[in-house]
Amino acid sequence: MTTPQHPAPPQHAPQQAPQPPAGAPAYAHHAHQAQQAPGPQAGYWPGQAPGGGYVSPIPIRRATLADALLSEWTKIRSVRSTVWTLGVMVLLFVGIGLLVAVGFDSTGDSMQNGSPLFVGFFGLLLGILCVITLGVLTISSEYGTGLIRTTLTACPNRGRVLTAKAVVFFLLTFTIMLLCTVLVSMAAWTLLEDQSSVDPSADVWLRATVGVSLYTATLGLVALGVGTLLRHSAGAITVMLGVVLLPLVLAMFMATDALSDIRQAFFEYSIPNQLAAFYATSADPVSGPGGWTPLWIMAGVAAAVLGGAYASLVKRDA
Amino acid sequence: MIELADLTKDYGDVRAVDHLTFTVRPGIVTGFLGPNGAGKSTTMRMMLGLDHPTSGTVRIDGRHYRRLQDPLKTVGALLDAKAMHGGRSAFNHLLCLAQSNGIPRARVREVLDTVGLTSVAGKRSKGFSLGMGQRLGIAGALLGDPQILMFDEPVNGLDPEGIHWIRNLMKNLAAQGRTVFVSSHLMSEMALTADHLVVIGQGRLLADTSMAGFIRENSRSFVRMRSPGHERLRDVLHGAGIDFVPRSDGALEVEGEDAEHLGELAARHRIVLHELSPQQASLEEAFMRLTAGAVEYHAHDDHQPPAAAAPGAAWGTDWRKSPRKKKGA
Repeated sequence: MTTPQHPAPPQHAPQQAPQPPAGAPAYAHHAHQAQQAPGPQAGYWPGQAPGGGYVSPIPIRRATLADALLSEWTKIRSVRSTVWTLGVMVLLFVGIGLLVAVGFDSTGDSMQNGSPLFVGFFGLLLGILCVITLGVLTISSEYGTGLIRTTLTACPNRGRVLTAKAVVFFLLTFTIMLLCTVLVSMAAWTLLEDQSSVDPSADVWLRATVGVSLYTATLGLVALGVGTLLRHSAGAITVMLGVVLLPLVLAMFMATDALSDIRQAFFEYSIPNQLAAFYATSADPVSGPGGWTPLWIMAGVAAAVLGGAYASLVKRDA
Repeated sequence: MIELADLTKDYGDVRAVDHLTFTVRPGIVTGFLGPNGAGKSTTMRMMLGLDHPTSGTVRIDGRHYRRLQDPLKTVGALLDAKAMHGGRSAFNHLLCLAQSNGIPRARVREVLDTVGLTSVAGKRSKGFSLGMGQRLGIAGALLGDPQILMFDEPVNGLDPEGIHWIRNLMKNLAAQGRTVFVSSHLMSEMALTADHLVVIGQGRLLADTSMAGFIRENSRSFVRMRSPGHERLRDVLHGAGIDFVPRSDGALEVEGEDAEHLGELAARHRIVLHELSPQQASLEEAFMRLTAGAVEYHAHDDHQPPAAAAPGAAWGTDWRKSPRKKKGA
């Protein structure tokens, strides 16, 4: 086999006949066996093939993380679940935020020491559920459909696959959250400025926009990690709902004094309370970690979960 | 070139692949044959670095699959049809694969044209038939124009036109000097496409031989004779010292004699023949004999022995799927 043959012309009848037979499936009519671009003789030097094998005219270059990122971007934008989850998130977050702002504005009540930006919090509680769903689906849908095996065949470097998914998901979620939080915060400020006694500092503004967006996107990364570990959409989403809601629910049932410390910790470190901390002002602080601390906590959790996800992805059979 | 050395895979206590050693060479179509649950898919997944072998190695052109820098340009694989997100269009499915290996976008259009899916490129693959899904999977395998191609049961769900097309495609790919490795549980299908044959049963290597050699060794040829003068024909054959096997429908099967000789013999004794036909035992039967001890899922039928329960091309197709396959499916 020193001289590879070029593809033979198609052999079967439907292609040679000018009119394909009636009743044949439409998609089959265009079947061609032309494997290569015209003029394959010029494309490569047949003698170069190791062992006389086939050499493709497609230029060979090492696949990189940039290729994986581009691929994951195509994946995430080409399915409807992305549009649905992010669309519903925008609708809930912006819609509820604006409604609360307008409602509060119409009552004319004073917010006292509360930040007007706090109105974003109500929509956020529902919005994070959408982000969690998308984070889980980003990888678990591949396990559900079997696409993961195609993906890992195309990119056997599993760490690169997970990194690319995490980066693309994080940037997409962060960008959309940032646009939403800026929009809601500015609307709230415009409507409620006269009803609040606080003058939000730059830090308050930053935490209510960039901080909330980073926190939400990082929470989504935890969901992505749980999706990788469990490989099951419904299971992973359920676990994430538990992570978000369970500490608060448990705190409610710990009525005895003996458990009050644990109860306090559950409450303070619960995700809803941590989200509220992003809207707190120095005049109206929340109990428990405040300022930017919740973000660092969530980043630590995400790092741990993604580390576990990476180890699991590399070790287990796909 | 794919080299397997002592490849073994255990799932708990069950040994799915048992010390497999063989080499898949370029320039020919190598058929990978075995009953359902024999370990074909598991072996192919290990070749692609998806499953980790319990012991042993697979090398693709001398390297482990995970060490390949440009996997899609080296190996193209069709594992199972529908290993794709149903909500994504055919074009986007191939595009994200192409992008992950830096393959130009124009190549996506090319392979869609090759498999005949151009007209449905923008449609979501959820609505595709099994055959269309297979074609899209094959398009994915061809995307990188690779030297090595692996197809797991590629004719499943294809219509006759599609089966004809894939046979020619595989032969052409091999003729270009590529390594083509195709699994099937249908011997008849392999006989038409494969040049070389690797047969496994319960994870063990049963045969590693050229197709021609397998046919030569395993196809029993005989002559079938039927006559209204049944008893006389028996006597004449006895008289000539020719052995025969009587069949339930009254026919006699004679091995080791050619039809001309038998016809002339009958004519000399003025025996009317209703049938005189040279026959070849099917390769399917030879394959079943070979794997008889290694079939994991026998169909049970009170009235028929298992070996007789699965005639012809439908062999094994209606059997239960392997529970181990479910793990991957």
